[in-house]
Amino acid sequence: MNIPTDRQIIDDLIAPPPGGDAAALARLRARLAEEADAEGLLDVAYRTMDSPVGPLLLAATPAGLVRVAFELENHDEVLVELSTAISPRILRSPRGVDDVARQLDEYFAGRRRAFELPVDLQLAKGFRRVVLEHLREIPYGATESYTVVARSAGNPKAVRAAGSACATNPIPLVVPCHRVVRSDGTYGQYRGGPAVKHALLTMEAGR
Amino acid sequence: MQPFEEIVVEHGPVVMRVCRALLGPVDADDAWSETFLAALRAYPDLRPGSNVAGWLVTIAHRKAIDQIRARSRAPEPAGGLSEALPGNEPGPEPEDTELHGAVAALPNKARLAVVYRYLADLSYAEVGALLECSQAAARRNAADGIARLRRHLGASPASPKQKDES
Repeated sequence: MNIPTDRQIIDDLIAPPPGGDAAALARLRARLAEEADAEGLLDVAYRTMDSPVGPLLLAATPAGLVRVAFELENHDEVLVELSTAISPRILRSPRGVDDVARQLDEYFAGRRRAFELPVDLQLAKGFRRVVLEHLREIPYGATESYTVVARSAGNPKAVRAAGSACATNPIPLVVPCHRVVRSDGTYGQYRGGPAVKHALLTMEAGR
Repeated sequence: MQPFEEIVVEHGPVVMRVCRALLGPVDADDAWSETFLAALRAYPDLRPGSNVAGWLVTIAHRKAIDQIRARSRAPEPAGGLSEALPGNEPGPEPEDTELHGAVAALPNKARLAVVYRYLADLSYAEVGALLECSQAAARRNAADGIARLRRHLGASPASPKQKDES
């Protein structure tokens, strides 16, 4: 054979190694997430999970669960939002989110009625945050109207604001904004789409 | 700002190949991990529009030199960064192909220039900055490296002997 040309040498150089890098890279990425967490550099850890209401994105800060996103919201865009609002030090990692996934699995399977996990409400400010704190007290299977929620959050006139607090809830499912319905009994809007809200309330009512 | 996870997914493979070419497969893992940990630390301060690949390879270059210093326990080299990379002992262990073995056997500046120019896809200006030499010298070193690889592979036992054309 001949002496290879420069082009052949360069093509061989940049070719991926035989068998590919995928396994080694997966191992190194897991190690990076662990070391980043140990060094206090993992500001946001996230994972995805499948659920009866579609794929979910779960994100946690060291303080707790900070975001749950439905597929409808576009997970890539949500990660960019988290990067801007919290920190770009974001890695796929089980830290603080594997436990959330386990509890959500139990919830969807009908084996869990309350979540026992730390939440980080830093993405909600002011009155919205007060509303979300209140929502956590609405028990499984119960519902409240936006009017009642506004009153319970300390501002009876702020019915619309209570509605937008629910609509922008960063931690749906775990902070149960789906349990807030219109005064006329209809379901109202939901971040995951009205069909998801309907499915959740039907499940919780045991029907 | 792009979430750091996307940076790891996009550039992780190239940084791994650079680390392997500089250090061999065993030490490459540590260099890769240290590179991305240092990058994660500095990432929020990275200027928008920066050349992320070049930034990562620069960090990998420094981490590789740290590894080699630790490995040889030699005193700090007085010269430029490429002086810190010793001849070829113990050098990168030849990887899975003859070509990678040939890369490992190149003189340091030629090896680094080839790795940074072709594996990392940096410009000659960026290669020059890393090797602390001019852009033209970076280009000469890369060309020298490729020419040596060509002769080495052409003359290797795997294929019939060829005349050395130097």
